[in-house]
Amino acid sequence: MTNVPSDLKYATSHEWVRLSGDEAVVGITDHAQHELTDVVFVELPSVGRKVKAGETCAVVESVKTASDIYSPVSGEIVEINKAVSENPGLVNTDPYQGGWFYKIKLTDAAELAKLLSAADYAAKVNA
Amino acid sequence: MLKRTALFECHKNLGARLIEFGGWEMPVQYTSIVDEHLAVRSHAGIFDISHMGQFFVKGAGAEKFLNRILTNDIRKLQNGQGQYTLMCNETGGVIDDLYAYRLAEGNYFLIVNASRIGDDFAWISKQTGDAEDFQLENASDRYSAVAVQGPRVFEFIDQCFETGEKAGAPAIKSLKKNDIVTANFDGTQVLIGVTGYTGEQGVEIVAPNQVIQKIWETVLEKGKTSGIKPAGLGARDTLRTEVCYPLYGHELNEQTTPIEAGVGFFVSLEKGDFIGRTVLESQKKAGPPRKCVAFKMTGSSPPPRPHYRIISAENAEDAIGEVVSGTQSPSLNIGIGMGYVPAEQAVAGRGIQIEIRGKLFPATIVSKPIYKKVN
Repeated sequence: MTNVPSDLKYATSHEWVRLSGDEAVVGITDHAQHELTDVVFVELPSVGRKVKAGETCAVVESVKTASDIYSPVSGEIVEINKAVSENPGLVNTDPYQGGWFYKIKLTDAAELAKLLSAADYAAKVNA
Repeated sequence: MLKRTALFECHKNLGARLIEFGGWEMPVQYTSIVDEHLAVRSHAGIFDISHMGQFFVKGAGAEKFLNRILTNDIRKLQNGQGQYTLMCNETGGVIDDLYAYRLAEGNYFLIVNASRIGDDFAWISKQTGDAEDFQLENASDRYSAVAVQGPRVFEFIDQCFETGEKAGAPAIKSLKKNDIVTANFDGTQVLIGVTGYTGEQGVEIVAPNQVIQKIWETVLEKGKTSGIKPAGLGARDTLRTEVCYPLYGHELNEQTTPIEAGVGFFVSLEKGDFIGRTVLESQKKAGPPRKCVAFKMTGSSPPPRPHYRIISAENAEDAIGEVVSGTQSPSLNIGIGMGYVPAEQAVAGRGIQIEIRGKLFPATIVSKPIYKKVN
């Protein structure tokens, strides 16, 4: 059974969001990493880039395929996780902590309401 | 509707992830491509290759016919031996690459690619014309097959079949590369060829559909203490890419010759006329215009993938070719691949660049195979 922490918000495209004031940390879910398996490369956005919700902002490559990652919220990238670039396996082993992708300063807090709760996301992926 | 092999239920029960391959619904991985790949390199793996095609060519005229439609010299085979060979069109383009076995005098057994069964059979039938001194049979629907590959395979493979003196069949571990034997399994005759597509030791077992599930289960059971794992097409692809074995539709197609692909060793000019000879002979003598090279990324980069452009190391505007196979090498933990470049640039040690999502990443052309077994 896939791990879905209750304190996070989720996008239907399998990213998670951890809110902290007007910033949020973004990564991909345990379900997503399991589907990808063997993550071998993570391409992150540059700091300072402004992204819109739903925009492609990162790429995760497994042995077999490259997958686009969509920003679940709009804002400006303020920090990226260099550790996950150097050790992409963190996405598989620690998707919700060490395997985070980027920190974003939100421009539209109302978007958060459109994301899924843990219960709804769990229902979707375990269905 | 995708076709399913006789092992489909086994794959489901093992939790395999399934993909479409050559019209078949096949397992791409059970646990992880990397785990399965490394299991084959260090211990053993079993692959479902039932999707591949099996043809028989039998009769007094079979040898002569096959030597006309295939590039290798089939006269080199003794009974119980096989060879890698290619089938070309009139312009030297590859219709398929295959294994040809001589089971007995006038009895030849061909193993062809799944995606090519229909095209191959149509082509061979067309070449047959009015010939009456041999018969051609497409037995693909009757047969299933598994590949058992890895350095520890010969620890257990003889325990799976009735072989050895008592059974009147040689022990599998006593056979040489490319040998093929008939062995008994549960009262059914099966064919065991010492070959594979991974760069490791191992065998491919071809058996009637109704016994393949029991063979699969027996091999997994007997190989348990040797660390065997079921392995999917994902690992099969990374394993073959590391050792630079061509895959039809990637390195090979009807517009590409075996000489360009780097498998000219399997084109025999000593055997008289055969289809495609004119072009292949001139390319062997004068050199082909382009060559399939192997390359390694020189630093951290996304994995190279098929269709990415190969760019000159000196000039970012100069696209010199295209990647045909590429992946992250689980053994070497770096991006590797193969691609076509002009012959004059196909030099080991030469720098190139791979274009990945608009950015250029440095790579180096290396000699084949990319991965060399350390014993």
